Amino acid sequence: MKAWIAFKNIFLKDMRNYYLKPPNISWGIIFPFAWTLMFFLRSQSTVDIRGILPGVMAMSILFGTTSMLAVTITFERRSRSFERLLLAPIDLNILMLAKTSGAVLFGIINAFVPVVFALFLVDLAGINWLVVLGSVFFIAVTSTFLGLLIAVTVSEVFEAQTFSNFFRFPMVFLCGLFIPIRNLPAILRPLSYAIPLTYGADILKTAINGEGHLMVGLSFFILIIFSLVFFTISTRNIKEKWIH
Amino acid sequence: MDILKVENLTKKYGNFTAVAGISFSVQKGEIFGFLGPNGAGKTTTINMLTGLAKVTEGSAYLAGIDCVKETKRAQGLMGIVADESNLYPEMNGWENLNFCGALYGLEKNERKERAWELLELVGLKEVAHKPFGAYSRGMKRRLTIAAGIIHNPEVLFLDEPTTGIDVKSAREIRKMLLDLNKRGTTIFLTTHYIEEAERLCDRIAFIVDGKIVKIDSTRGLLEEAQRGQTVQFTLGNGSLKPCEILRGAFPGYRCQVIDAKTIRVHSGKAIDLIPIVDVFKDNSLALYEAKVIRPTLEEIFVQITGIEAKKIKTGGDKK
Repeated sequence: MKAWIAFKNIFLKDMRNYYLKPPNISWGIIFPFAWTLMFFLRSQSTVDIRGILPGVMAMSILFGTTSMLAVTITFERRSRSFERLLLAPIDLNILMLAKTSGAVLFGIINAFVPVVFALFLVDLAGINWLVVLGSVFFIAVTSTFLGLLIAVTVSEVFEAQTFSNFFRFPMVFLCGLFIPIRNLPAILRPLSYAIPLTYGADILKTAINGEGHLMVGLSFFILIIFSLVFFTISTRNIKEKWIH
Repeated sequence: MDILKVENLTKKYGNFTAVAGISFSVQKGEIFGFLGPNGAGKTTTINMLTGLAKVTEGSAYLAGIDCVKETKRAQGLMGIVADESNLYPEMNGWENLNFCGALYGLEKNERKERAWELLELVGLKEVAHKPFGAYSRGMKRRLTIAAGIIHNPEVLFLDEPTTGIDVKSAREIRKMLLDLNKRGTTIFLTTHYIEEAERLCDRIAFIVDGKIVKIDSTRGLLEEAQRGQTVQFTLGNGSLKPCEILRGAFPGYRCQVIDAKTIRVHSGKAIDLIPIVDVFKDNSLALYEAKVIRPTLEEIFVQITGIEAKKIKTGGDKK
């Protein structure tokens, strides 16, 4: 019960202090809008909104979660308020789940912003929303834990941003959202299967347009493994680096 | 009754030993001070006790709970105030206290009640809804201390509670700490301000280079020093070396040069002034004033550690 009180309050504080601040809300709206516009300009005529929806959703989650979490944790580390959390009688796993749950929710909300826009423009019938929700959830979790891994590795806010981009941009191009994996050079293809976004994006493509090429169950399983690995490495690094 | 018992606590960073096998205990209801220069191992000790640093060797028990093996359980009994005011700048005073209460699992109503009670206690009720970031340094420090006691801890750990704040705020904080102690809070504090330790602490440990060199009650330390006598002489002629003259005449006395015209003579027994005055007269030294000095904790610290008092405020080294 005591752990739940702490968990809930850490989550609510982060939502209020970071994720629900007007600049972040507007960012969550502008970002998918900008991506959609980019595809529209690229096609020079009409854009297949339903076709690009999985990509825009996945990127909204990836950029939203990694940016926010890496920055908030690094910021709290710099101001030493994170120390207060480490000194509280809360198990480190529960503490880090509380710290990351805000970013996961932020990622999920970000993912559905383009869906809301799309609802007014195209017919979204036939989509398996349960699978979409599951996929969005696991992309948010893996991306958030990737952000956590980055936050634990760096010490400055600007480093967190730079280091995040080092992972994010290659992931976007290797995950098969814009360039099908089979069209990538053979040497890069194994890399595509070593990143979690590939599996999340594939589930989204299957659920929205029936275009995925991996088994949905296997993709979910691999995303769970990625989540566990990222989280375990992050908490181990916290114990080693921050409780020295 | 010992509330905190530390045995052979050691911290090593590679080949460097930050804390070298220290042992001490803190009694329930007392204010225990760790006094030493910067880099002596004070913060490292607090970090090990509170779970922010891993213990290389040794043990620490808080109310019978192993701080090393059952860190999270022990943390529930501690209030911790770091050397920086590390609350959340965007949240107001009340929100910060409410949040800190939640970290210790306090229920909503209990947190609410306790937060207002503490805001009253630390004199910040009027600014409860002002963001923490807008507080003055002294106000930030007071709220940080309030956050440390939101859950009524068995022991409040304070790392350099008055460092970096103005004299008035420092005085208010010292008064607040004494009030808290009167209400039953056991306090463990580190400081490099000798006067602060003397004013606040029931017992003091002198820590230098990671080792405790002396541990006693503040009164015991002062009484020990007062067994002897110190007389300060103000002389007229600064060109001679009065200490050298006195050392030659009275080998049993210790003589210390304070400035060009002032010296202090220490002895383990009462000092007979007439022979000293005669020596000054024989050497044509004009004597303007002779006064008995009551030893301060600062002098005791200098005697025991060999560190000049002015250096411990700036993190100086041993003589």
